[in-house]
Amino acid sequence: MAIEVRIPTILRTYTDGAKQVEGSGSTLGELFTDLEQRHGGLRERLVDNGGGLRRFVNVYLNDEDVRFLSGLDTPVKDGDTVTVLPAVAGGAL
Amino acid sequence: MVVVDAIVAHARRDHPDEACGVVAGPAGRDLPTRVIAMDNAARSMTFYEFDSMEQLRVWREMDDNDEEPVVIYHSHTATEAYPSRTDISYASEPQAHYVLVSTREEDTTEFRSYRITDGVVTEEPVSVVE
Repeated sequence: MAIEVRIPTILRTYTDGAKQVEGSGSTLGELFTDLEQRHGGLRERLVDNGGGLRRFVNVYLNDEDVRFLSGLDTPVKDGDTVTVLPAVAGGAL
Repeated sequence: MVVVDAIVAHARRDHPDEACGVVAGPAGRDLPTRVIAMDNAARSMTFYEFDSMEQLRVWREMDDNDEEPVVIYHSHTATEAYPSRTDISYASEPQAHYVLVSTREEDTTEFRSYRITDGVVTEEPVSVVE
């Protein structure tokens, strides 16, 4: 068993086009570090320089937005599904 | 025509706040068929943002239906229907058509479409199919 991670179109350049990859770790942050070993460049698109989640990206653990949980410190376990979606936003200014 | 009318009606309904939504279509066909009006979580006259939980639900539904977001639309309510710097910096669906509607004039609605890829905006003609 592993943690399943769903990758949006714009980030599939880091996963050789795969919609879904697998990883391991005990927190979301560890999972992203694990993914980085096989999908170089991906972590930087999810985590900012301050070590927090990037503003323009939504990450969900199963059915929850991790911003409402503990962000990158959110515990994860085998069998979980993590979904990454680009935030959709903009405006006149 | 139905798709265009639904987008314009949504933009008019939410004016003077910005309205936003998605038009889903069968994957790989580049044909927008199903208009999904989204909440503007920012409820602002100058900014829009999908609600993250609504977005998850809608994106999953598209996945289940073998659809993709063909169009991502929003309105500008006091300025022209052209992508702003904010629009460009947020654009993250390189295969989507970004539709902008301007409701600044009461009697006419500007309706324009763009590709936004790596920060580059390319306007494209809008052709309406039945």
